Amino acid sequence: MELTSEEQEMVAGKHGKAAQTAMEILITLGEIYGAKKLIDVTSVQIAGVSYANLNEPGLAWLEEMAVDGKVRVMTTLNPAGMDLIDWRKLAISEEFAENQIRVVDAFKRLDVITTCSCTPYLYGNLPAYGQHIAWSESSAVCYANSVLGAKTNREGGPSALSAALVGKTPEYGFHLEENRQPELTVNIECEVKGTFRFGALGKVLGDRFGKKITYITGIPKASVEELKSFCASYATYGGVALFHMEDITPNKVNQIPDTIETVTENDMKKALGDLDDDTEIDFISLGCPHASLAELEYIAKKLSGKSINPKKEVWITTARPTKQIADRMGFTKMIEDSGAKIAADTCCVVAPIKGRFHGLASDSAKMCYYGSGRNKFAVKLMSMDECLEEALS
Amino acid sequence: MKLTGRKIYKGKAKGEALVTSDSISFYGGVDPENGIVVEKGHELEGVSINDKILVFPSGKGSTVGSYVIYQMAMTGKGPKALVLNDCEAIVAVGTIISELPCVDQIDVTKIESGMQIEVDGENGTVEIV
Repeated sequence: MELTSEEQEMVAGKHGKAAQTAMEILITLGEIYGAKKLIDVTSVQIAGVSYANLNEPGLAWLEEMAVDGKVRVMTTLNPAGMDLIDWRKLAISEEFAENQIRVVDAFKRLDVITTCSCTPYLYGNLPAYGQHIAWSESSAVCYANSVLGAKTNREGGPSALSAALVGKTPEYGFHLEENRQPELTVNIECEVKGTFRFGALGKVLGDRFGKKITYITGIPKASVEELKSFCASYATYGGVALFHMEDITPNKVNQIPDTIETVTENDMKKALGDLDDDTEIDFISLGCPHASLAELEYIAKKLSGKSINPKKEVWITTARPTKQIADRMGFTKMIEDSGAKIAADTCCVVAPIKGRFHGLASDSAKMCYYGSGRNKFAVKLMSMDECLEEALS
Repeated sequence: MKLTGRKIYKGKAKGEALVTSDSISFYGGVDPENGIVVEKGHELEGVSINDKILVFPSGKGSTVGSYVIYQMAMTGKGPKALVLNDCEAIVAVGTIISELPCVDQIDVTKIESGMQIEVDGENGTVEIV
């Protein structure tokens, strides 16, 4: 790879040890994937924040980077393993909380903005069309590439941090226009409405077509909430970083692929059936990806004046700024008076909840995947209304 | 038989191949505490990847996977090496920070579980011994 003189200085360690390690990672990646040079990025999103996932080895690696590392571009952070303020109400242990705070402090020392959200595009890290960025968080990568038209590879936590420390990423993969064109057309021949059905569609496509870039037709409209649910699910089940959706996503398509596949209501029923275990629900998780303001308002009004079944735990996960506006608008009180909990800074995919519950209901297909795999819960994917009814019954 | 692919990360490893035709999400799909695959319905569900040379088509899912590979490597619960069809960055970064031998662009259907194989990361080769 061709390196500028400043980049060569970084390799030689003249800009500190963290920058040197970061360059090693970026150059190794660039050489594997045939990049000719490094290109500037305008923003970074880092995943790998929950102490439950980093554990001592991951934290030690980050602390080592934080000794002399400072990020060079705006860098935001994925959810942590707990609400950084109200972690006690989520019954998080003192020991976990201490370690989680060590993780967030290491990121602060690196000058990472500790947003702790998986939807950075809703909280001030909003790339413009065509900008090169380096994001991890699989759902946000898929959203940034597909819905916003920014350009990023699926970064791992360490490669995203490396890009932040250098301000650059190797030019390969989705940074190059020729790798962003669709490979097959998928006609959706059934109605897809609501976050849970968009999630189910993501599972259908991810299971069937894997990482192939699809050109999706037949979806008349989609909200931000539906798209974030779809991106989360599609990335979870298929490892997908980019899709095109006719009349909805902005990326240039040179030619609509001739290979055509269809998705029918039967495919959707099968996906929904895969995520419909026979179980008693004791945990309801909403806000994967993080609940938007519109979702919090909707949930608050549905729960207002009612009480959830005290045998059931309900977590609505969101970002701190949304929670603060919800506080101001009275949504938080409406939700918490019902017995449900708003958990900011965290999400049920990364919180240490293994063994605490048995049956999970969620409107997120991504949450169902991690609920069943990582946490060994029985899972049910249902609409947000059905989840709320389940909570109240 | 010697298969030639692409170097992802240097180093040599010799051991028993564990092969799957399903992609793997290291985060959520594998329990880092014991190296057992936990993804429901996965071909390797319930099987430990620890001390095996894991042979699989590609990574998928969460970008936290790099740290899961790192943690397993640091605690001795991980595989000896990785062999893939198509190694994406999440897995590649995991092997770089873990210093785990890794080769991709290998036709993984040529390898069967239980075979003794030797991975040479530097030269990007996999030899069935």
